[in-house]
Amino acid sequence: MKKEAKNTARYTTKGEQRFVNCTLSGPVHIYVKEGEIVRVTPLFYSNDDGEPWTLKARGRTFTRPNKGALACWVHGLKQYVYTKHRLLTPLKRVDFDPDGKRNPQNRGKSGYEPIRWEEALNIVTKEIIRLKREYGPSAIAVTGSSHGTWGNIGYRMSALDRFWNLVGCTWIDHDPDSWEGFFWGAMHQWGFYWRLGQPPAYDLLEETFKHTDMIVFWGADPNNTSGDYGWNENDNWRFHMKKLGIKFVFIDPFCNYTAVISADKWLTPRPGTDCALALAIAFVWITEGLYDKEYVKTHTYGFEKWKAYVLGEEDGVPKTPKWAEEISGVKARDIIALAREWGTKRTTLAAGGRSGMGHPGRAAFGHEWARMMVLLITMQGLGKPGVNMYSTTSGAPADWGFYFPGYADGGISGGSSGPRELGPRGFPDRPVQGQIRQRINRSVFPEAVTEPPVTWRGVYGFYGQSAQQQFAKFTFPFEGYSAIKMLYRQGSSYIGTMMDTNRWVRMYRHPNLEFCVNQTIFNEPEARLSDIVLPVCTNLERWDIGEWARISGYSLHLSPVNARVIVLQQKCIEPLGESKSDYQIFTLLAERLGVKEQFTEGRDELQWVKRMYEISDLPKVISWEEFQKKGYYVVPVKKDYKPRQAFRWFYEDREMDTWDWGPGIVDRPVNNKKGLATPTGKIEFESQTLKRFDPDDKERPPVPHYIASWEGHTTAELLRKYPLQLISPHPRFSFHSQFDAKGLWNDEIAHHRRLKDGYRYWVVRMNPEDAQRRDIADGDIVRIYNDRGAVLAIVTVTHRIISGVVHSFSSGGGYDPMGEPGDPKTIDRGGTINQVTSSRFISQNCPGMAPGSCLVEIEKWRGGSD
Amino acid sequence: MTRYAVVRDLNYCIGCYNCQIACKDEHVRNDFLPITKSQPTFGHFWIGIKEVEQVISPSRIKVTYIPVSCQHCSEAPCVKAARNGAIYRRPDGIVIIDPVKAIGQKQLVEACPYGSIFWNEEENLPQKCTFCAHLVDDGWTEPRCVQSCPTNCMIFGDLDDPNSKVSKLLAERKGEVRHPEFNTKPNVFYFGLPKSSLSGTIIYGDKNECAGEVPVTLTAQAGGKWETQTDFFGDFVFDRLDAGEYTVGFDAPGYHRQIHEVTVKGDTCYIGEIILRSSK
Repeated sequence: MKKEAKNTARYTTKGEQRFVNCTLSGPVHIYVKEGEIVRVTPLFYSNDDGEPWTLKARGRTFTRPNKGALACWVHGLKQYVYTKHRLLTPLKRVDFDPDGKRNPQNRGKSGYEPIRWEEALNIVTKEIIRLKREYGPSAIAVTGSSHGTWGNIGYRMSALDRFWNLVGCTWIDHDPDSWEGFFWGAMHQWGFYWRLGQPPAYDLLEETFKHTDMIVFWGADPNNTSGDYGWNENDNWRFHMKKLGIKFVFIDPFCNYTAVISADKWLTPRPGTDCALALAIAFVWITEGLYDKEYVKTHTYGFEKWKAYVLGEEDGVPKTPKWAEEISGVKARDIIALAREWGTKRTTLAAGGRSGMGHPGRAAFGHEWARMMVLLITMQGLGKPGVNMYSTTSGAPADWGFYFPGYADGGISGGSSGPRELGPRGFPDRPVQGQIRQRINRSVFPEAVTEPPVTWRGVYGFYGQSAQQQFAKFTFPFEGYSAIKMLYRQGSSYIGTMMDTNRWVRMYRHPNLEFCVNQTIFNEPEARLSDIVLPVCTNLERWDIGEWARISGYSLHLSPVNARVIVLQQKCIEPLGESKSDYQIFTLLAERLGVKEQFTEGRDELQWVKRMYEISDLPKVISWEEFQKKGYYVVPVKKDYKPRQAFRWFYEDREMDTWDWGPGIVDRPVNNKKGLATPTGKIEFESQTLKRFDPDDKERPPVPHYIASWEGHTTAELLRKYPLQLISPHPRFSFHSQFDAKGLWNDEIAHHRRLKDGYRYWVVRMNPEDAQRRDIADGDIVRIYNDRGAVLAIVTVTHRIISGVVHSFSSGGGYDPMGEPGDPKTIDRGGTINQVTSSRFISQNCPGMAPGSCLVEIEKWRGGSD
Repeated sequence: MTRYAVVRDLNYCIGCYNCQIACKDEHVRNDFLPITKSQPTFGHFWIGIKEVEQVISPSRIKVTYIPVSCQHCSEAPCVKAARNGAIYRRPDGIVIIDPVKAIGQKQLVEACPYGSIFWNEEENLPQKCTFCAHLVDDGWTEPRCVQSCPTNCMIFGDLDDPNSKVSKLLAERKGEVRHPEFNTKPNVFYFGLPKSSLSGTIIYGDKNECAGEVPVTLTAQAGGKWETQTDFFGDFVFDRLDAGEYTVGFDAPGYHRQIHEVTVKGDTCYIGEIILRSSK
C-alpha cells in the first residue's frame, strides 16, 4: 500500500465551524477555522426542509433541486473578503484640509493617508454640522449603491435611509435603469405602476411547462440577467422546457448566453430597430387574421388606432415585413414565418429578462419597444393558457402567504414600501420619514452639482405610486432649497454604471462639491474620488437577516429561485482590519450628532435581526433558538397548493386571485377588482394616461411608434465618424461594478476580463468582418472611442455579434484613467464602457438611460496615453 | 476496489464557471497535506473551461463548454515521468502529486498531454486537481467542482461499483474521452463533445417564403441514413455527424426534388439557402 498517506493525519472538516449567510446571488455555508474562512459552499436542502415541490406536465416531472445555485463570484467570496483591495482603515485625501485648503480639483489624483476612526468621524460630523448651519440639510446629497450587500437590516433602504432621514438630506433617487422601457412605457399600456411597469409572473413556470409551444426571447438573456439575485438558479427550468419540446427563438444582435446553449433560431435586428420588427409581426397578424379578435374586443381599448398605424392608414406607411427588413436587416420571409408560427401556436413572450431587462428597453425611445411588446402579446390573448409575458426567470410554486419582508420594504427605516406591511406589524418602533422635500434624479446628478438648475420629469423613480407621478416636472434646486455642497456615498462604486461616466468624474472634482465621503468595502474608483473614506466590512463580518432574492416592494414576488429560503446571516468572522458595518458607522455618527437613541431604538444589529424575526411568520414555524442554530428556514409549498397564474383572472374576466398588491384604487376611476390599473381597466393600445398628458408628444405618442434612434444606423453624419453600434447589456460575470476589478477570481474568466501584459482588460466582442477591416485580431488591445470618451478593451473576435455592432458588458468597476480624470480625451484603461455612452434621456420626458444607442469607432491601440 | 471517475454531460453545462472558482475557493490559502499544498491565488486552473463556438448556420450558434482538468488516467504519463515516485495513483484511482517529493520537478508540467499540471513558482512545485481527495477521505461524496454545479452536469463516483450513478450513466450511454489518441485511459468521461453538423435553409422559390415541414433525408457514403424535416423557418440540421461524404435530399410536395452532394469536414457545414422550384 501507499505509505505516503500513512503517517500523516488526514484532513477533516470537523475542527471547522460552519456558518450560514446569504449573498446577492445565493445562500451559502461558510466554513471557518481559527477565525479565517476556509471555504464557501452552496446550501443543500435536507429532509427537514419540507418536501420539494414537483410539477407534472406533458408526461414529465420537474422537482425542486436539492441545493441552491450560486453565481460564480459567490463561490469566490473568500477572495472577496481577503483581497488586497479591501479598505482596512479610514482614509483621508492627503491634500484635503477641512480647515484650510480642500483642493477638490485633486480628487482622483491625490493619494490617501490612513487616519484613526476618531478623526474621520469628527471630520464628517463637523462638516455635516457646518453645512446644515450654512446651507441647511438639503445641501447634503446622499445615495447608496444599487444592490449593495445582502441583508434587510444593513441594506441601503434600511440603515442608510433611517440615519439620513433623521439627520436630513437631499436624496438622490435611482430610477429603474435595468428596465427603463417598461417603466416609462409598458406601464401606460397595462398599469402595474407599483411594479414599475413590469408584469407579475405568478405560477408561470408550471403554466409554461404545461401549455407553451414556443418562447420568443426578445432582447432577453435569462442565463445572464436571470431575474436579478437568482443567477444560475433557474437554468434547469429552461433545460426542462427544451425537453418538453418548447421552441426557443431569440431576437438579439448578440447571440447571447441563453441562445448559444438553447436557441432554435437567432434573429438579428440592428440595435434600435426592434419596433419595426414588432410592427411587421402585427401587420402579418392583422392582414392574415392571426390574432385573438374576441379578446381584443373584450379586454383592450383603442385597437383601431394601433391598427391604423400598423396598416399605414395613419402615416401612409404600411408596416410590411419588407419595410421592416429594410430597417432592421431581418429577412421579410423570416418575419412572416415567425409571425405565422406565433399567431398559430401558444407562444410566450420573454421581452427582456424578468421581464423588461435588456438593451432594447435601455435605448433611445426604449419605452416604445416595451409598449409594443405588451401589445403584441395582448393581440394573442395575454393570460390564455400558454400565452403570457414571462422571462422564464420566476414563477415557481411558492407560498406567498408566509410573511417575511424583502429589502424594498425598507428595513429599519420604516420608509420605502415599509408602511405597507412592516409598519402595521410594528417594525420599527418609530418609523422615520424624510423631512426634506427636495430630491434629485440620479441620471442628472452631475449637472445638478456642476451647473444647476436642471430639469426633469418624475420623482421617486423607484417608488411606483401612480402612472402620473412620472409626468410631474421638477427643477433643481427646488424652490427655497439649497444647491448641493456635500455628497455622502454608501456602498460600492457605481459611476461605471452611469452614462457618460466622465460627467461623474468631473462632478467629483468640481469646487461646488465642498466635501465628499465614501463609505465602502473596497478601495475602488469612487472611493478614490472622495475626501474621507470609511472602511466597511462585508456581510460575512456582521449580523443580518434576509430572504434569498427577496425584493418585495416594486418587484413583488418576482422571485427567480426555486425555494423561499430565509437566512439568519450569521457573523462568520470578525471585521477585517478596522472596518466596521454600515450600521455601526451610522451609530457612531448618530452618537456624535446627538441622535443615537433615535437611530438605534436601543438595538444593536443582532437585536434588530431578532426583532425582524419576531414580526415575521417565522416564530410560528421555528423557535429563535432553533433558527440561530440552523441558520435558515425553507418555506414549504403546501401539499394542496393551487396555482393562480398571472393574468389568468384577467383573461377569464374574474376578480384578481393572485397575491399581487394591485391593481389598487389610486389610478383607476372605479375599484373594480376585475380590471387592470389603467384608466379603462383594460390593456390600452392607445394609452389614456399618455393621451391626457400630451396627445401630441412625438417621442411617446398615445399609440407606440417606431422612431429612429438619435444615435444609430440612420444618423448618417455621426455614423461616418463612428460607424459601429455599441450594445452594452448587463454583465454576466460580475454584479455590475460589484465583484469586478478587485482582484477576484471572476476576473480570470475570459468573457469578463482577459489578461495581457500583466493587465486584466475589459472585453469587447467584434464580428470577424469588422475586426479584419480594422486589422484587429483576437486578443488585441483596442481603443473604443467617440466624442464622450475613450476606453481600452481587449478584443474577442466572434460570430456571436453581427457585423456593424460591437458588444461589451456595461458597468465595469475598474475606472483607471491614464491622464487627467474626467477629460473626454483621457483613456480609461479599466474598461468602463459607459465612458462612451450618452447621458441623453431615452426621450424628452423620460429621464431614463439609453446605453443601447451609442456609436463608436474602434482602433488597434499601440500604446501612448492619448 | 474503488475507482473514482467523473462524468461531465456537456449538454447541461451552462458555462457559469462555478466549478473553476469553487476549486480556487477550496485550494487557495488552504494547505491539505499530505494531499496538496495550497494553490496560488491566480493563474492555476486545476479545473478550467474550454469553449468551442460552432456556427451551425447564420441563425444558430452553439457553444459547448468543456470543463477540463486532470483526467486521473489509469495509465498516466505523469506517473511515469515523475522521479522518485513523486506522482502516484492511489488504490481508489486518484492520481496525486506528492507535494514534497515533487519539489523542483518542473518537467512534470510538460508530462501531461492534457495540459492539466500547473507550476507553482513560489513553492517550486507542480500541482493539479486531486479530485478533492482530502474531502473524499473525510467522507464527502463529491469534489468541490461537482458540488458547485448548478445543473448537476458533473457526476462523481466509483466505477467499480455497478450501482453508482457514474457506472449506470456509462452503462446507458457511451462516454467519450478527450483525445483518446493519447492512450492514457482517462477516468474523466464526457457526453456531448462537439461534433460536426450539416444544416441548410429551404425556401419556396415561387413565394419567397420559408419552407417549413419539408422532409429532408441524409445518407452517408460510409453508411447510415437519417431523416428530419425543416422547422417553420425552413431550417434543418443534422447534428453530431462524423466527417465524411454525404448526400442530402429535399422532397416537398408540389416542388422539384433536389439532391446535393456534401462533404462534411471537421466542423459545421451550412449548405446555404436552397431554393425549391415549383413542379406545377
